[in-house]
Amino acid sequence: MSATAIEHVGAHAVQHGDLPFIRKYIFSTDHKVIGIQFLIMSLGFLLVGGLLALTMRWQIAWPGRAIPGGGILPETMAPGGIMLPEFYNSLVTMHGTFMIFFAIMPLLVGVFANYLIPLQIGAPDMAFPRLNMASFWTAVPAALLMIASFFVEGGAAAAGWTSYPPLSAVAEFSGVSTGQELWCLSLIILGFSSLMGAVNYITTVINMRAPGMTWFRLPLPVWALFITAILVLLAVPILTGALILLYFDQVLGTGFYLPERGGQPLLWQHLFWFFGHPEVYILILPPMGMVSEILANGARKPVFGYHAMVIAICAIAFLGWIVWGHHMFQSGMNPMLGSTFMVTTMIIAVPSAIKTFNWLATLWKGDIHFTVPVAHALAFVGMFVIGGLSGVFMASTPVDIYIHDTYFIVAHIHYVLFGGSLFAIFGAIAYWFPKMFGRMMNDRLGWIHFWLTFVFYNLTFFPMHQLGLGGMMRRLYDPTQYPHLEPLQPLNRFVTVNALLLGAAQLLFVANFLWSMFRGRKAVANPWRANSLEWSAPSPPPHGNFTVTPIVYRGPYEYSAPGAEEDYLPQDRPPAGQPAPAPELVPAQ
Amino acid sequence: MNWSLPENVSTFGAQIDSIYYLILGITAVIFFAVEALLIYFIIRYRHKEGRKAAYIQGSTRLEVLWTAIPLLILVLLAFQSRSVWVAVKDPARIPPDALELRVAAKQFEWNVTYPGPDGRLGTADDFTRRSQLRIPVDRPVRITLTAEDVIHSFFLPEFRVKQDAVPGMEIPVWFQATRTGEFVLGCAELCGLGHYRMRGTVTVQTAEEFDAWQREQSTQAGAAAAN
Repeated sequence: MSATAIEHVGAHAVQHGDLPFIRKYIFSTDHKVIGIQFLIMSLGFLLVGGLLALTMRWQIAWPGRAIPGGGILPETMAPGGIMLPEFYNSLVTMHGTFMIFFAIMPLLVGVFANYLIPLQIGAPDMAFPRLNMASFWTAVPAALLMIASFFVEGGAAAAGWTSYPPLSAVAEFSGVSTGQELWCLSLIILGFSSLMGAVNYITTVINMRAPGMTWFRLPLPVWALFITAILVLLAVPILTGALILLYFDQVLGTGFYLPERGGQPLLWQHLFWFFGHPEVYILILPPMGMVSEILANGARKPVFGYHAMVIAICAIAFLGWIVWGHHMFQSGMNPMLGSTFMVTTMIIAVPSAIKTFNWLATLWKGDIHFTVPVAHALAFVGMFVIGGLSGVFMASTPVDIYIHDTYFIVAHIHYVLFGGSLFAIFGAIAYWFPKMFGRMMNDRLGWIHFWLTFVFYNLTFFPMHQLGLGGMMRRLYDPTQYPHLEPLQPLNRFVTVNALLLGAAQLLFVANFLWSMFRGRKAVANPWRANSLEWSAPSPPPHGNFTVTPIVYRGPYEYSAPGAEEDYLPQDRPPAGQPAPAPELVPAQ
Repeated sequence: MNWSLPENVSTFGAQIDSIYYLILGITAVIFFAVEALLIYFIIRYRHKEGRKAAYIQGSTRLEVLWTAIPLLILVLLAFQSRSVWVAVKDPARIPPDALELRVAAKQFEWNVTYPGPDGRLGTADDFTRRSQLRIPVDRPVRITLTAEDVIHSFFLPEFRVKQDAVPGMEIPVWFQATRTGEFVLGCAELCGLGHYRMRGTVTVQTAEEFDAWQREQSTQAGAAAAN
């Protein structure tokens, strides 16, 4: 813990209190502004990514029927509004790419790591504010390149978000050349953005905790985001390396992944999933942390088993490195290796189970206040259980033979990433919105959005388990081509109708977000009567966050503590009988 | 809600299905228990005026309990699964008297090479048929799976068979049909714009019918070659 770092950054922040518009809102070094920039960008991608999925669902339900409003699409995508198979493959690819790399991942490690870490540890900003700014402004060209790939000749990448070569490496095979190259370049650039963010988060948590903020007084979102940053730092360079080799295969004629040039297609899969499996936990650990925070606050009760929660996060992060082969059970990898990966995969379900039981025990004997964030956190627990349990099916290698590459997998990933991550994100946005914008989100709109999303989400994704068990493969442009999928068409149409309604319900969120940002009820500093340090700062906190560096006396979950007058006890409130330290004794800002 | 798998027509399929139903049973019990508890807690401990939450930090005994029990169940499942997996995928376990075929996948077809009446691949009476897999019932079939361009995935849903076909690799696949009939062969790995129509048919016949068909096809192939 370095007091000088705090003073230095603090002084810097105050000096630049009255910045010109462009330094305040565009090229800002304030972690809160950067977090909100990531928020706007990734919510935009979330919306577009959802739209791509709906377009895809239309074709699956009614193959060959013109998309409503599809007339505006060019001849190369959907002549007369009727989707071409090459465009369908681009939609499959770009939906996955947008959602994973440009929506969910930045929503967590771009938005909440940025926004919450300094505020929850009592720091005035990140350790490296300029690096932080560079991280966002490196993500922007990556995003622009990815969007631009839709408009180049041949269209956007069409080899799936997993981009298996040779399909992704040789243009004749996929029919897409420039689009595939832009896909690689964009993700290579995005990788640098992620790295800059990760080193910043790690350094900040290690060095800039306020006095008294010991490791085991850290709020669980900080623990989760800290461990996630380590995963990002170690995993993303592997993807970047793999992408550079793929790019060389595409443009320089090398053959790292091409057997006729001495390469090996499975090399890509090993590298991709060696990144890809930690990536899955990058997308779920921060939601777990934020849900723990919201549930404890909502139940007015300490998180049950705080230490067990921290250990579970670390165990997941460690085991996450030795399970990647479960994506490759049917790939032609040595089947004996498959048995090993099955055992590690089964074991990684244990820490997730521990976390679920601890959430349940947190609610037990609580005093649960139903707010929109709490509703989302409860939905997260309920949905994550389904995603976790369906994972056991594919962890079992023989069962995976049948369900691998079917809609069962699609159902599973959406129960984890939508039912899990996205519900947590909606909850976290509602929970920290008052801190971010100084206004509350509209409660009624929030509740309607929650219920519509919850219902239509389940009606969309739960039947996908059935589609998979019926033998429906993933990424099929026209399932009616297969006689055994004919009987599943009514279910496919049911899924699509609910997906459209689910999509429509998200407009309520957009409306609520925009309206509340400018017109919402003014928020007090601590609207949820919460304990962690961000609620001691004004809403929204000024550049530099705290007027006085907070001193931490206790852990973040002292809810309903015996002897306390109220049912919460902020981390920086001096113990009874001990006077608050005089401001001049506190390190100067 | 229909949780049953489609009809199984391979010898090892029944073992795969029994593990599936075992996992379905275990996860269903956990699912209903956890969700019921969640809903019960939500209702039972909802906020009421004057209610105060209990101040409970945790319980080491419970943590040990709910670590050990899932661990035990999952490791047992892994070992249960392993024996079936090895029986299906271990090349050393492929029955030696199997009918040898080659399947070469390419955009967007499955080229099946049959050994002809002499029963041996790589001889003059071999012949190849596009996207038609014809096999005898009650006899193991050993397929050497290859791919010529991109990765495909050889998927026989009713036989509980799935194996990626990878360029540059020769991957053995085996199974044994338990009844005659027509079944589906599909591609399960995105392989390009015709992925959705890369389907074939599996025809399972009696040994006599299959032998007769092979002789007939082989003669035609020989005659065509002679012309």
